[in-house]
Amino acid sequence: MLSKKQLFTRGMLDIAPHMLSVIPFGIICGAIGIELGFNPYLVYGMSIIIFGGASQIVFLQLISGGASGLIAATSVGVINSRHLLYGAVLSEYLEKLSFIKKLLISYLVVDQGFAESNKFFKKNKTEQYLHYHLIGTGSTLWVCWQISTLAGIILGSFVPEELGLKFAIPLTFIAIIVQDLKKIDHVIVMIVCGVSSLLFFDAPFKSYIIISPIVSLFAAALILRFKK
Amino acid sequence: MTWLSIIIAGILTYLTRMTMIALVSRDMLGGKIKAVLAYVPSAVFPAIIFPAIFINDYGVFIEMNDPKIFGAIVAIVVGYFSKNVIATILSGLISYWIILFF
Repeated sequence: MLSKKQLFTRGMLDIAPHMLSVIPFGIICGAIGIELGFNPYLVYGMSIIIFGGASQIVFLQLISGGASGLIAATSVGVINSRHLLYGAVLSEYLEKLSFIKKLLISYLVVDQGFAESNKFFKKNKTEQYLHYHLIGTGSTLWVCWQISTLAGIILGSFVPEELGLKFAIPLTFIAIIVQDLKKIDHVIVMIVCGVSSLLFFDAPFKSYIIISPIVSLFAAALILRFKK
Repeated sequence: MTWLSIIIAGILTYLTRMTMIALVSRDMLGGKIKAVLAYVPSAVFPAIIFPAIFINDYGVFIEMNDPKIFGAIVAIVVGYFSKNVIATILSGLISYWIILFF
């Protein structure tokens, strides 16, 4: 049985490699806000209030393109609706927590943290303080996101744009799911998701990011039915 | 005005994070749904990966000889065999840069 501290540290270590993509992305996100002419406090405020990389950039781009605040906020909500799926997966492991603790830990649920903690949870179901792993991944991501967006705001885009560091984002997610390529059912689900994300890319409010997971979860349900 | 919409966006985002964790109990999710939910990572992350590779900043499909495709293939191969996140990201980035700059 691991202690709370051990689990927290394990979470930090599991998420640390992903900082390779999170930190450049944070810098880009902060710098874009300033380049688009937004108040620095506003750009930084988003990192605390919204705390969701891609959705923050979309928000800034929409507002600077003349969209209404309502449209921009709706887009953020749609883009981040994928967290509902993460929550549904995590709820099984977090159900022993008090309601207040659930409310607090929810703020820390982010793509990469969910992915790494979910992997850990699946292998260590019997641990008593499992949630400390999620706190470890989530708070590491939070701290790095705050520092890197702040760095981008203050220093501007000191990472040259020609380097194309945004490409580190898909790579981080490739690293997360690449081992599931061993399983044919997962490969089918991934392809369904990827292809539908390209097909629905122009759907309003960036909704491809939730439409394609729903489509591919239906595909997963079909696969499960055939397996029996 | 922009502050207000950021706060609304923040509340919406928090609700997406909190709803299922705080309001759903184990009994509400049946065995079948749980089996489907096991596919969530494979069903969500390609929606981030594919557009980031195949569609450029202007919303247009890239050419098939784009360095991003090469970088992604290298990252998949390296990641598959090394099982190492840093090796996956770095190999993808470096092979992308090699094509981009040479």
